[in-house]
Amino acid sequence: MLKYTFDWSIVTSGKYFEWLVSGMKITLELSAVGIIGAFVLGLLIAVMKMSHFRPLRWIASAYLEFFRNTPLLIQIFFWYFGSYKVLPTVVNDWLNSTNFEFAAAAIALTIYTSAFIAEDIRSGILSIPREQMEAARSAGFSYLRSMQYIILPQAVRITVPPLVNQFLNLAKNSSLAMTIGVMELTYQARQVESYTFKGFEAFTAATVVYLVLSVSITAFMDQYNKRVLNPHRA
Amino acid sequence: MIKFQGVHKWFKKLHVLNDINLHVKQGEVVVVCGPSGSGKSTLIRTINQLEPINEGALNVDGMDLHCKKTDLNKLRAEVGFVFQQFNLYPHLSVIDNITLAPTKIRKISKRDAQDQAMVLLERVGLAVKRDAYPTQLSGGQQQRVAIARALAMKPRIMLFDEPTSALDPEMIGEVLAVMQDLAKSGMTMMVVTHEMGFAREVADRVVFMDHGTVLEEAQPEEFFRNPQHDRAKQFLKQLLSPMH
Repeated sequence: MLKYTFDWSIVTSGKYFEWLVSGMKITLELSAVGIIGAFVLGLLIAVMKMSHFRPLRWIASAYLEFFRNTPLLIQIFFWYFGSYKVLPTVVNDWLNSTNFEFAAAAIALTIYTSAFIAEDIRSGILSIPREQMEAARSAGFSYLRSMQYIILPQAVRITVPPLVNQFLNLAKNSSLAMTIGVMELTYQARQVESYTFKGFEAFTAATVVYLVLSVSITAFMDQYNKRVLNPHRA
Repeated sequence: MIKFQGVHKWFKKLHVLNDINLHVKQGEVVVVCGPSGSGKSTLIRTINQLEPINEGALNVDGMDLHCKKTDLNKLRAEVGFVFQQFNLYPHLSVIDNITLAPTKIRKISKRDAQDQAMVLLERVGLAVKRDAYPTQLSGGQQQRVAIARALAMKPRIMLFDEPTSALDPEMIGEVLAVMQDLAKSGMTMMVVTHEMGFAREVADRVVFMDHGTVLEEAQPEEFFRNPQHDRAKQFLKQLLSPMH
């Protein structure tokens, strides 16, 4: 016989429900900031890595190897416990006046994921025929403008499926932020469990939210790809 | 308009352009022909510096291309280039393909650019395709859009690199007709092609190349009736009756 009695009411209403909702909001914020930041940064690193200017390529390569090949948790700890020791006082004061835990987690997630995104975008760029660049250059576009108007829009379309994977990873990886005290969803689920001993309900609720978040990201990107990026192929 | 003086180019050890001296005047239509690997595509690609030259002097529309200070983007905006494989931008509709460079480089308003693009599409007979995407067009249609796209920058020179070689035979005519129309309008043109009918009817001059060298330069009638060089005779013979 099962001795455990389920009490789903704690996660559907009341104080604990509110904790979970506030955690969900922070998870959403962290994911949104991370996805946008990682995409923009990834784009930049990808273009740097393909630059004709060697030092830019070196910087991009070092960045990629460094951030792809170290654990995310270490990077989160580094930004949270390590970075402020070497930053100037002005920056630290400013960081402390904001939500430092959130900032450290957002920076770590953004940078970590941007390295993977950069490689995905770069392989997207490499798959665009060389002639497209020639066509753009012979119309009078500079290298960067050619990238902006002709190469990247095509590369990003090809990159959508791997990008979705990176976005999903980022959303799920945001749960690691609890380790430095960001009160996101996993953190709150833990809290609820500690106060109620209703671990099954608390983590089931958290699981459902992560699932809905991930499925929503996938569905959104799918629609975006179909309607905005490739309207003529729909 | 275009002046080659002692131009050389090497790909590693391969001497692809060997002492090219050529002068194309304003409004002139010059056809470049020759066997494959003769350097004719490379020659035409040096004019907008898709291929840099290694030695000699090349002046296009008053700009010295051998000089490092020349703004290549500015030069390229004045020189239209039409590729063998069309190279339309597949993510943009026909009208956007044509208006992209005029709006971003010439900075003309979107509305004006679209009006001009429609005039050009009218001219190449594809006004109804304004909202189509390149993949929805036939090869001949794509090439006509590519010509319209190049013309939208109001270039002073038009370069064509084997514009009909990738086309099915029944589509070659429609592209050549557009090019012929353009030649009549007084455009300075340099065309790499094997279409000898086009050369005969439209060209002011035919340049025959082999192994990176200009072997013969003559008026079309002269060239076809009485080619001087043995290699040219052989080439024409094969081109006109490929079975022998």
